[in-house]
Amino acid sequence: MSKAILYDATMCIGCKQCEGACAQQNKLPYDDTVAAESVQSAHKYTVVLTKNDKFMRRLCMHCEKPACASVCPVGALHKTANAPVVYDVWKCIGCRYCMVACPFNQPKYEWQSLNPRIRKCIMCPDRLAAGKQTACAEICPTGATKFGERDDLINEAKLRIQQNPSNYLPHIYGLEEVGGTSVLIISNAKVEDYGYPSSAKIGDTPMPEYTGRVMERIPDFIPLWTLVLGGIYWVSHRRDEVAEAEAESKNGGRR
Amino acid sequence: MKFKLTLWRVIFIVIMALGLYSSYIRYFHGLGAATNMTDQFPWGLWIGFDCLCGVMLAAGGFCMVGAVYLFNVERLHPVVRPAVLTAFLGYLLFIVGLLFDLGRPWFIWHQMIYMNPHSVMFEVGFCVMTYTTVLFFEFLPNVFERLNWKTPIKWINKIYPVLIVAGILLSTLHQSSLGSLYLIMPSKLHPFWYTPALPFFFFASAVAVGLAMTIFESTQSAKAFGRQLELPVLVTLGGALLVALWVNLLLRVEDFYHRGVLGMIFKPSYEAYFLWIELILTFVIPITMLSFKKVRISPQLLYLASISAVLGFITNRLNIALIGFETYVGHHYVPKWTEFSITLMIVAMGFALFGLAVRYLPIFESESAHKLEEPEVTVGARVLSHAGD
Ligand code: SF4
Ligand code: SF4
Repeated sequence: MSKAILYDATMCIGCKQCEGACAQQNKLPYDDTVAAESVQSAHKYTVVLTKNDKFMRRLCMHCEKPACASVCPVGALHKTANAPVVYDVWKCIGCRYCMVACPFNQPKYEWQSLNPRIRKCIMCPDRLAAGKQTACAEICPTGATKFGERDDLINEAKLRIQQNPSNYLPHIYGLEEVGGTSVLIISNAKVEDYGYPSSAKIGDTPMPEYTGRVMERIPDFIPLWTLVLGGIYWVSHRRDEVAEAEAESKNGGRR
Repeated sequence: MKFKLTLWRVIFIVIMALGLYSSYIRYFHGLGAATNMTDQFPWGLWIGFDCLCGVMLAAGGFCMVGAVYLFNVERLHPVVRPAVLTAFLGYLLFIVGLLFDLGRPWFIWHQMIYMNPHSVMFEVGFCVMTYTTVLFFEFLPNVFERLNWKTPIKWINKIYPVLIVAGILLSTLHQSSLGSLYLIMPSKLHPFWYTPALPFFFFASAVAVGLAMTIFESTQSAKAFGRQLELPVLVTLGGALLVALWVNLLLRVEDFYHRGVLGMIFKPSYEAYFLWIELILTFVIPITMLSFKKVRISPQLLYLASISAVLGFITNRLNIALIGFETYVGHHYVPKWTEFSITLMIVAMGFALFGLAVRYLPIFESESAHKLEEPEVTVGARVLSHAGD
């Protein structure tokens, strides 16, 4: 079944232990300087942001229908059955289309490298395969980052909002956005304040559909257009042939 | 022949030297050192100009081949070869540009084995690859004629109809697909430029630019090589360009109206300024000029009108690729000097190769040479028209 992460911003205490665990899991350097960085980058897949004493975590949303995977010309990114959107570096040609296409701006790039890779949260696929939860969820001391079945987490999120309506905005970010994501966020501050795109802006349509509408016509278009072009060619050259034949017979007659 | 150091040659050498130095920075210090691209701005000048504009500027090839071989506009025959040459060079240089822009260019061939059919980028890559091959074959007769190899020319003549149809099909696909690249970014690209109609616009603008570029390059090379310009050719192209510009304009206005942004256009804003530049160069200047018969029959004025149109469409694509994202990203992207320098180097290479090809190959040769390459039926038509004279 499909897994997910539920991040409840109201339970987050901003300890940034998820950042550290993520860095360790992905063999990235992590020290006070990195901890102080408030932007995601090729060496920081997740970040805990602070605004007005409220916290918000950012990470790849692991879209159900990921834009990044649909645009990659070589299929270096793909959605796995249980949730993670993973990256096969050996395929990547470095076109960075995934970066421009992702509505959440999650893929980051190793700009300084001579053989650069795309970097983003991949939802600990090895841990998941071993039946474990993600490193960030495991370390979270308050349960603000919780790992589980997507359906269960949705119910739990709904319940929390229902039982404590004054504590939450009545919305689960990621439930419907861009067709649903495997990271769900509930909070009492607007996600837009932390750099997330607003729900209204990205909508509920899965991003790949925007291109799919055009791309799916191509298989029909190719034979049709070939016929039309071939037809025009044939007609315009047929006319010449006929004219030529006539001219010849005329000339022949004259001679 | 003695090598003379003309002003143009000096400029060329300077551009190449700087370009080579920039290439060194690009390949030995990485994209970060050579460009101002960032995680927020992952596509810069190289995608915006070298790729989007490069492919558009090479559209003359399929336009002229289509006009002459598909629609039998015999008058345009003299410009087919230079147009095909421009297209062939354009696509080769587009691939060179990609080798700079891709983070891992040594894996560019992965396109051919790890294919993702859902990706527009894959479709573009695939079409460009095949079309460059087609252009290569369309270009080959030049070489064969030069070497006086009759048999291979006959072979190519046999497959010419296939080349023509395939070339136009592939061009339709990838010219429009360049626009489809941006369909997946509705929340990022500014509403002036984001529209579901992007693929149509990219195709329509490619046709217009194909015509304008053919006027530009015929006039330009006539000047450079002291050739006589064939006025009827230019007049035909100018008329077609006027029609193409009108079609583009009507499509744009319809789209603005349809999406309800027509009102926004006239309100001053950062994006609006760039849109105005674009619209003035693409439509206002050339359409006004070309509406006068005096302009349509004057090579000099036609030349100016087509330059304006080409610059306008270039602005359009740069707006889509760069300006249209700045508000979303929240800061400006200004290319680094190395980015400009590499782009300039690629353009300069294009001019140089064109010059060499024109000098050593029968690109602008007399009628007799053309007869070898074209299908016999067309020759028949000319015989007929001469007979009618
Ligand atoms: S958030 Fe972006 S990078 Fe992550 S799965 Fe969705 S589209 Fe891909
Ligand atoms: S940068 Fe790599 S992973 Fe991203 S779309 Fe291009 S090839 Fe795919």
